[in-house]
Amino acid sequence: MKRIIAPSLFALLAALALPAQADSYRLPKNAVFEEECSSCHIAFPPQMLHADSWRAMMGDLSRHFGSDASIDEKHRVAITDFLVANAGGRKTGDTRDAQGKPLLRITETARFAKKHREISAATWKRPSIKSPANCAACHPLAAAGEYSDHSAVSPK
Amino acid sequence: MRHILIIAAALFAADVQAETPRDFLTRFEKEAGAVASAERGARFFTTKQGGEWSCASCHTERPMQAGRHAKTGKAITPLAPAANAERFTDAAKVDKWFRRNCNDTLNRLCSAQEKADVMAWLLALK
Repeated sequence: MKRIIAPSLFALLAALALPAQADSYRLPKNAVFEEECSSCHIAFPPQMLHADSWRAMMGDLSRHFGSDASIDEKHRVAITDFLVANAGGRKTGDTRDAQGKPLLRITETARFAKKHREISAATWKRPSIKSPANCAACHPLAAAGEYSDHSAVSPK
Repeated sequence: MRHILIIAAALFAADVQAETPRDFLTRFEKEAGAVASAERGARFFTTKQGGEWSCASCHTERPMQAGRHAKTGKAITPLAPAANAERFTDAAKVDKWFRRNCNDTLNRLCSAQEKADVMAWLLALK
């Protein structure tokens, strides 16, 4: 009996512990999302933004952070549904900006700021990093959803 | 019999989808009603055309090599067909990227002549 309970109890605890400190994101497979959202940047985990943020972003793709990222309507709807279904951010309390609009940048979320509080301004400016959106510069496994501290590197 | 059907289906599918980079040059020249100029294409590609970026800002001035997204830094595979066999083989992708990237670099769509010129230059790169 003990042998059965112990592993399942462990699994339960692990499952409960995960959402609180999950820097490893499970990326649900979605071919259209991967194809369309990882050309200019890595495919960011849907869990990193609230559903309202994804809806707002997907509603204005022709002006996507200064670039035209428009796609055909069929794919736009499919990707929006996928992002909304897998969205996160509900518990972080930082799903809106000061004007009450949904946050559009992952880097503006409180979670991002907290996780990167030790990164200096000079580090962000290194040519090898360039932008806080360049996750893979310091998180080599970012494309696979792996953002944990122990897998992070500091590029020169 | 089944094999013949499968082969026939595969050939049909290949016939419908596969396009070569030259097909796009032909298409754009036809739309423009004029022949392309690789020299003009090179100039267009490597100089700013009204926007903040030129094509070369991301694809480099010699797109036989890999580029980097001017904003995010993400690696971009070479654009010249001689260096990357996947380029210019899918009309939907070609149209999508010309639409977006012309909007980003020219603040408008590219003309058929501009696209033909760029194609001629990219095809001349070896």
